[in-house]
Amino acid sequence: MATETRPAANQPAAKQATAIAGLDRLELGSAPQRRSPARVARSAWSAAWPKLLAIALILVVWQAVHLTGWKSYVLKGPGTVLPDLWGQLHHALLWEAIGITLRRAVLGYGLALIIGSVIGILVARIPLLRAAVGSIITGLQTMPSIVWFPIGIVLFGLSTPTILFVMVLGAAPSIANGLITGVDYTPPLLLRAGQTMGLRGFTLYRYLILPASLPAYVAGMKQGWAFAWRSLMAGELLVLILGQPSLGVLLNNDQNLQDFAGLGSLVIVILVIGILVDTLFTKADLAIRRRRGLLTPGTTS
Amino acid sequence: MSVTQWRRTPPEQAPGPSAFPGAAADGPTADGQVAVRLSEVSKVYGRGPSAVLALDRVSLTVAPGEFTCLIGASGCGKSTLLSLVAGLDQPTAGSISTEGRRVTLMFQEPALFPWLTAERNVELALRARGVPKAQRRERCAELLDLVDLGGFGGRRPHELSGGMRQRVALARALAQDADVLLMDEPFGALDAMTRDLLHEELERIWGQQRLTVLFVTHNVREAVRLGDRVVVLSSRPGRVIEEYRVPRQGPRRIDSPEVARLAATITDRLREEMSRHGD
Repeated sequence: MATETRPAANQPAAKQATAIAGLDRLELGSAPQRRSPARVARSAWSAAWPKLLAIALILVVWQAVHLTGWKSYVLKGPGTVLPDLWGQLHHALLWEAIGITLRRAVLGYGLALIIGSVIGILVARIPLLRAAVGSIITGLQTMPSIVWFPIGIVLFGLSTPTILFVMVLGAAPSIANGLITGVDYTPPLLLRAGQTMGLRGFTLYRYLILPASLPAYVAGMKQGWAFAWRSLMAGELLVLILGQPSLGVLLNNDQNLQDFAGLGSLVIVILVIGILVDTLFTKADLAIRRRRGLLTPGTTS
Repeated sequence: MSVTQWRRTPPEQAPGPSAFPGAAADGPTADGQVAVRLSEVSKVYGRGPSAVLALDRVSLTVAPGEFTCLIGASGCGKSTLLSLVAGLDQPTAGSISTEGRRVTLMFQEPALFPWLTAERNVELALRARGVPKAQRRERCAELLDLVDLGGFGGRRPHELSGGMRQRVALARALAQDADVLLMDEPFGALDAMTRDLLHEELERIWGQQRLTVLFVTHNVREAVRLGDRVVVLSSRPGRVIEEYRVPRQGPRRIDSPEVARLAATITDRLREEMSRHGD
């Protein structure tokens, strides 16, 4: 048999292993640097200062408009609005409103996530379903969510389910589309590798296709969040529910009272919530890209 | 070329004379064991007038434990042939038998899953074939040690060099516990120095694990350096036109004179084949 005539390796195995280890070390270069506290602080500062500068610029422009005296009977400067915000932050009412709104956000977005993911995976897997509803999903994405409110109100009345209904219709198509795109863009070479390994059916999805789709899926979730958050705000302004002082109800009250300082404070609160959630998605996206080696060294959040 | 046309073409002459007189032209050992047998395998892509005949009645047998290199210019259907043996695709005509042996395929690209560490990549192959969790960790460590990557299990593919990634891919292929290893230009994208070391690495592992290897390359010297036998394929359609048995007399190096001599002979034969298409 051929195996009997086999020679030993050209070099003694130990010598060869040393050569390989040496080459590995040369190719990998120096070991990655530890993140010292000073480095962490520097990178945090380099991420923070452009944002602080942008906020400062907005305040300057706002103050400048205020100083021109345009609509001075209602328009207040940052000098009035920011103390008002500070005051409201010490009141339970604002926090109660934030709590009610965020609870709806979690509920509506959670529902959209479940429904969007299930639809996404079904459409990606079943060609007939894709032919049938693939373009409808894309079409739904372009629908302004506000047009669903009349239907929602007719179906569910002036209630929280109406708001959730519109949030799901706004966010689920983006989430489904993200997942479908991710499945479609799974590299064929990886699929071949998975096939030779013997991954089939459920395990193929669990260990190859879903992880490969994750970046597009997260992008879809991020877009879905933006739609859900907008739908929620629109919903809270349209569907005023007695005894549930949400952020939308507070906005409505301040509008009726022509309280510019109160409106300004609420807009800042809503903006900050939006930015915080967006930061979470950006962090998740960066973590995924870092794990997969898709990050160029200079990228910051 | 249509399907009916190529079936009617007269049979090709038997493979030409070997460069090594006295060497057997075919793979089976004295006891007649066969690891991979291709009988009159043809593969046509497409239908009607646009059909392309990729492989034309290729017959080839590989003995257990044999290291066979397939060489040919572009369009000789080398990769098609490996896909067929791996069962990723079905032949249009003819039959392929691996006698129930497990077959695995390695590509030119490592094709590692970028979201998993080197260790997890290997582990997934073990999981796919149902190895219990308790044994997976241990087996992973053994396999990574085997390819000299003992300390790198926790790294992700992008944190490894090209040669290291290809070794992880080799460990993953070995994790599938296959008897037959199909390799599709696995070192084609690596630099010459890394390739030389990986040749030795592969030779060592082939010897230790008693593997049957079918190795596709377009590098003649690589084929002669590694193979017990070098099979030359023609291009468009792919056909076996020549087989060379390479005697194993002590250690071989890619730059040793015997390798260079046989490589020159094979290169001439390939040029002859290519000029057939140049007219």
